[in-house]
Amino acid sequence: MSLLEVDDLTVTYRTAGGDVPAVRGVSFALEAGQKLGLAGESGCGKSTMALALLRLLPRTARYTGEIRFDGEDILTMSWGRLRAVRWAGASIVFQGAMHSLNAVQRIGAQIAEPIRLHSKATEAEIRRRTGELLEHVGLPARRADAYPHELSGGQRQRVMIAMALACDPKLIVADEPTTALDVMIQAQILTLIESLVAEQGISLLMISHDLSVLADTCDRLAVMYAGRIVEEGPAAAVFGDARHPYGRALAAAFPRIGDPASRRRPQGLAGDPPDPADLPSGCTFHPRCPARLDHCDKLDPRLWPAGDDARAACVHVLPDKGLSLVAKESA
Amino acid sequence: MADSALPTAPVPQLAQSVRDRSGVRRRLRYYGEKLGGSLVSLFAVILTSFFLFRIIPGDPVRTMTHGRPVTIEQQEQLRREFGLDKPLAEQFWSYLTGVLRLDFGDSFQFNRPVTDLIGERLWPTVLLVGTSVVISAALGLWLGVRGAWNHGSLSDRVNTGVALTLWSVPSFWLGLILIVIFASGAGWFPTSGMESTGVEGWERIPDVAHHMVLPLVTLVAVVYAQYLMIMRSSLLDEMGSDYIVTARAKGLRDIIVRRRHAVPNALLPTVTLIFVNLGFVVFGAVLVETIFSWPGLGQLFYSGLSVPDLPLVQGLFILFSAAVILMNLLADLLYPVLDPRVRP
Ligand SMILES: Nc1ncnc2c1ncn2[C@@H]1O[C@H](COP(=O)(O)OP(=O)(O)OP(=O)(O)O)[C@@H](O)[C@H]1O
Ligand SMILES: [Mg+2]
Repeated sequence: MSLLEVDDLTVTYRTAGGDVPAVRGVSFALEAGQKLGLAGESGCGKSTMALALLRLLPRTARYTGEIRFDGEDILTMSWGRLRAVRWAGASIVFQGAMHSLNAVQRIGAQIAEPIRLHSKATEAEIRRRTGELLEHVGLPARRADAYPHELSGGQRQRVMIAMALACDPKLIVADEPTTALDVMIQAQILTLIESLVAEQGISLLMISHDLSVLADTCDRLAVMYAGRIVEEGPAAAVFGDARHPYGRALAAAFPRIGDPASRRRPQGLAGDPPDPADLPSGCTFHPRCPARLDHCDKLDPRLWPAGDDARAACVHVLPDKGLSLVAKESA
Repeated sequence: MADSALPTAPVPQLAQSVRDRSGVRRRLRYYGEKLGGSLVSLFAVILTSFFLFRIIPGDPVRTMTHGRPVTIEQQEQLRREFGLDKPLAEQFWSYLTGVLRLDFGDSFQFNRPVTDLIGERLWPTVLLVGTSVVISAALGLWLGVRGAWNHGSLSDRVNTGVALTLWSVPSFWLGLILIVIFASGAGWFPTSGMESTGVEGWERIPDVAHHMVLPLVTLVAVVYAQYLMIMRSSLLDEMGSDYIVTARAKGLRDIIVRRRHAVPNALLPTVTLIFVNLGFVVFGAVLVETIFSWPGLGQLFYSGLSVPDLPLVQGLFILFSAAVILMNLLADLLYPVLDPRVRP
């Protein structure tokens, strides 16, 4: 049994302007101790997916499908059970460390909070553990008395990582943990996360818009487009030999770190990512696809096997390029 | 371990102590500046009050003796008594030294020292208006928190609507309506005053409380919406923040997330409002005190204005301004304690 099994997950935001299907049928599995990277352009639903894993989305979000964590379905479990799984089972390192910490509480108190909640440790033990965690992420223990604004961006992200480790979780979800940091610090933070999860055998789901960063860190990669996974497989295969045209564009993009323009659009790929409230017909990527075929606006591709242990949602991986499927549907 | 490869750069002890010392100096400077600024404002108020009230139209002596048979000589005598015949510079000097000794001269109207009059009237006002600030802040903040947490719900819409309606009602009008219905009409409460004659000892407490109900309800009703609206919008802002998601992700109950994380952050903007309103406490509620004949500073101010009773109005003006300046100073000093980001 895998540690995390996501099966046909959909997330739809109810808004005044209509439903926004942000995640549209995502399935994947993450084994214990494995590191999975999830890449995709801004707005493709990465954060929505990450927050859905612990049912943390606002009340306007509706879920369907299944998220089995350690054998239990997150989407149907009781609130009490869910609160126990949060942080003790799986913790999250959020996108912007600036705002993910409470500005008026000392960081020591914020790290200690989940320990106090999920364990029966005494106050002295909690204080010692907080100091240990800070030293573990490369900060002196006495920084526990600091407030978030007294730390640099990189130090704040280290605090977030210390906090994520606080209850010895089985899974850490890192949602763009290095966005908004400068290049040197990004590399340090990535190395830190990598070494800590490896050391403690924690599974990692790392989200980024930068496939090359993920390829360095993770065992497997998944590429997301318009709320679906369009390519998935071993890191080397996806990064070196992507079968989906979008995966190839991402792998070739090498977005410059810290450059917001490259974050929004991989180089060499025309057009903008589609608006989830108004998706193109057929394959949602077809308006931007350099390898588009005539029937791509009619055929909605599924993840088909594409090479060794890999899958891609593109008609090009089918022997007859999906023609038989089109014929079957129109019959 | 990979950690050893990472530069952790602990700050050397020496640098730390130097930083501490310069921090102390910076903090002292901050407090010194705030205190100095307050003193300058206070002096400006004293100066303004002297000249401002010299240009108010109306001859106080003529007003005092209005309708009574007094000779010109008697009027001159009164002018001399109040020092109104001296040159302006001399008047100012004696006024300034007086103010610094908390001596505002004698009231034209009551023929008694202004300081004594203020002393008598201060406590009724502090009791009434102070209680109203405490109750309206507590009520408004509580409703604001509830409203934000269930925003858009029926109870939120009703609460906000009622508060805004009451806010727009003039206080004297609401006071009169309450008197007509509950005092002269139903007879449940006294129509005016602070206590009944002949009530002694511990009996006075329920008696005063009974007299206080209607003016208190009036004051609270027209003010609590301010707190509700500020708290509600401030908490709505905080609830959308990332650190709230972090707190929920930790597995905290919603009520703890709200109490421990969202509300303390959302309270910060309301602190200033509370202190500003506390500053206006001694100003009383001129209209409400007058309508309910509450023997406080507001009513005193009203009677001083209608004469005009120069020393009395001047003394009250300085007192009111000093209270606002003092409360602003306290807010400035307290705010950094609550919000580490603005700590000097
Ligand atoms: N609360 C919400 N209500 C309505 N729509 C939302 C909400 N949150 C996100 N969306 C929409 O859902 C889609 C996916 O958003 P999401 O934040 O998951 O993207 P992302 O892949 O994490 O992007 P980024 O790289 O910018 O972080 C976007 O189109 C976004 O506009
Ligand atoms: Mg995101």
